[in-house]
Amino acid sequence: MIDLLIAILSTIGALAIFFASLGILRMPDFYLRLSVTVKAATLGVGLLLLCAAILFPDISVTTKAFAIIFFLIITSPIAAHMIGRAAYFTGTPLWKETIIDELSGKYDKETHELKNECQTDDPISVEKEQIADSEDETK
Amino acid sequence: MIKQFLMNLLLSFIWVALTGSMYYTNFVFGFMIGFGILWIMNRNDTDRRYFNKVPRIISFIFYFLYEMIKANVQVAYDVMTPKYFMRPGIVKYPLNAKTEMEINLLSTMISLTPGTLILDISEDKKTMYIHVMYLQDPEKFVRDTKSGLERRLLEAIR
Repeated sequence: MIDLLIAILSTIGALAIFFASLGILRMPDFYLRLSVTVKAATLGVGLLLLCAAILFPDISVTTKAFAIIFFLIITSPIAAHMIGRAAYFTGTPLWKETIIDELSGKYDKETHELKNECQTDDPISVEKEQIADSEDETK
Repeated sequence: MIKQFLMNLLLSFIWVALTGSMYYTNFVFGFMIGFGILWIMNRNDTDRRYFNKVPRIISFIFYFLYEMIKANVQVAYDVMTPKYFMRPGIVKYPLNAKTEMEINLLSTMISLTPGTLILDISEDKKTMYIHVMYLQDPEKFVRDTKSGLERRLLEAIR
């Protein structure tokens, strides 16, 4: 039973890492590559560590494995966010079939500040926010 | 609420000490028994938030795992087959989450779902810019995420 579980989990984990590495080769632009790599690698490494935690009936192995999974889940999205933000600042081009880019022109070039544009230029989202606020108040 | 959680933890440690095997399944079992005992003891109490919150957090974890696996399969299929099905785009997402902790958790969850990547959060913490891989309609994406992931997360932690 445990063996079967470990076999299934480690196969899924290895496949996730394999698809991530294939994704680096095949994806057309930088953001898609980043997007594919970070998550699939987190899932793959997390599943393999989970297998180690289940396999060894030793409390120290289990705690270490869970601690590594925890810190991996905390840190890797932040790394992806910072890399993606830096790439956008330096003007890495988007793929030519990208259908929409709502972030373009929103940055202050000097200070790298991102102003909030939600209330000023877009009436639809303003309406939505007001509806959401009134719902909050009724709760 | 924090008192009940600490009490539950204490009960599970007592269970571990009495049974003598410090293995995680034993700990989880002790935690469940402690939760049941506390639930029975506090049946007439007014403050029952803890007992609503724990099932919500557990169901949120399972919902998130399901979403993550589903999205992973979609991405894997696209990577394997020669034709691209992607329609990438950067979407503006108005945040309902207020405090920094909520925003942090929400952005971590969105980043961990394959196909979506947080690019930036505006200075006054009201808007988030997300790079999405499979974007049919920006409005629909924002609506789905709001009613799915964000609502469940806020219900679980608030």
